[in-house]
Amino acid sequence: MLIRQPNDILSSEITPLEVYRERRRFMQGMGVLAAGAALGIAPDVRAGIKLAGVRASAYKLDEDQTSYKSVTTYNNFYEFGTGKSDPADNAGRFKTRPWTVAIEGEVGNPGEYDIDSLLKLAPLEERVYRMRCVEGWSMVIPWVGFPLHEIIRRAGPTGNAKYVEFVTLHDSRQMPGQRSRVLDWPYIEGLRMDEAMNPLTLMAVGLYGEVLPNQNGAPIRLVVPWKYGFKSAKSIVKIRFVEKQPLTAWMKATPNEYGFYSNVNPQVDHPRWSQSRERRIGEFFKRDTLMFNGYGDQVAQLYRGMDLKKFF
Amino acid sequence: MLRNPKFWIVVVCLLPLARLIALGFSGGLGANPIEFITRSTGTWTLVGLMVTLSVTPLRRLSGRSGLIRYRRMLGLFTFFYVCLHFVTYIWLDQFFDPAAIVKDIIKRPFITVGFSAFVLLIPLAATSTHAMIRRLGRRWQQLHRLVYVIAILGVIHYLWLVKKDLTEPLAYGVVLTLLLLMRLPWGVVLLQTLRNRLVSTGAWQGLFQQNRKSG
Repeated sequence: MLIRQPNDILSSEITPLEVYRERRRFMQGMGVLAAGAALGIAPDVRAGIKLAGVRASAYKLDEDQTSYKSVTTYNNFYEFGTGKSDPADNAGRFKTRPWTVAIEGEVGNPGEYDIDSLLKLAPLEERVYRMRCVEGWSMVIPWVGFPLHEIIRRAGPTGNAKYVEFVTLHDSRQMPGQRSRVLDWPYIEGLRMDEAMNPLTLMAVGLYGEVLPNQNGAPIRLVVPWKYGFKSAKSIVKIRFVEKQPLTAWMKATPNEYGFYSNVNPQVDHPRWSQSRERRIGEFFKRDTLMFNGYGDQVAQLYRGMDLKKFF
Repeated sequence: MLRNPKFWIVVVCLLPLARLIALGFSGGLGANPIEFITRSTGTWTLVGLMVTLSVTPLRRLSGRSGLIRYRRMLGLFTFFYVCLHFVTYIWLDQFFDPAAIVKDIIKRPFITVGFSAFVLLIPLAATSTHAMIRRLGRRWQQLHRLVYVIAILGVIHYLWLVKKDLTEPLAYGVVLTLLLLMRLPWGVVLLQTLRNRLVSTGAWQGLFQQNRKSG
């Protein structure tokens, strides 16, 4: 298996200086971006481009990372089709620029953030997380991003903000999967405010040190490693701060199968399959699923006193 | 041998297995090979059931009663693929853990129906020989009507396992429904009428005369 080892070298040393400088210059303003878009100049933000200035972080794992190929060809991203290879096949021409993320609801500073200003909001860091899908398979992925609380802090939520809702782009011209009514588009996900503020909760813009491939939720997605994968909304265009618990896409589709919390929990089975074990992609034998996907030390206190069978 | 249709049926029926083996050696089974193999053997079991169940309607439509000779082979190949499917499940998926398997069969409705369909197919495969057909007489046909139940269970098994997109299992459901409707009295009459019409236009006749010559 090919395991890339990012961050051994500063990426500025790898990227030709000229290209690097050009990119910095490019990122300096939305005005330039808008002008560029108007002229049809596409910025250099495709998958496979090295992200500059990514710092290492303390979030590492002593487990083999899933190959780049598997991470980018075996995806659940129903906006591009329900088959595992559909996203990689259909997301190639997905446009991630220009892109804005709206911050709305119970906040002091609502507004629209341009994606390139979000990329500069906080230092980018690499975090290696386990990813456990509700279907019973898992991966280990080196994400690049920054904690969601960096956005929340700037947004300044009011006392009424109890939950955070995430909305994925709804554009069936670009997302062919949305032409079928598999789910009630747009895709909605949500977190309780304390979950959203948890340091583990990541806004990812890259993986393996490179720009996030479209099929993995470019240009910006959520990563909540102690919850089943579908909680980590992709290609986000809106973050709303709300008082009531959001009705997520999967809860709307099958309320008896998907709950709001959807914490990884080997003791609470999905009604139609067991959650006690998982197949790590690339491994032959199944392994035991860990409570909170192995992140209990960081998140178990969020659910103290809650019946996790009831709040599944 | 090359003129024997049975030879070609064997070749075609082995293609899905050959494909799996070829993909396996060339690394083409994707990120989750075991899921791929489970899916593929399950799919071909369903296809096998549909093809086997279409022999009788095809016979009625074409008037070629000789087609019945190929039904057993198609049925046994279906059984072959369901065995591969089952072995994939107990070996590669559950790794022969009896407790986990029993729990799975009891607790998961889609596995309960899939397992039931598999178990019900065993007596059909076991009684497929000429000797058994003679020995069971009338009861043989009664026993083999179980295949209708098995096919329905097979489609339900698929329907209940998918997370959300029901397109494919529903397609199998539609095909199965048609195949079963054609066995009802008015379905049989419909096939007969269709056949008469085709024969009277001469299209059918030409086809069959040609076939007889080459056969």
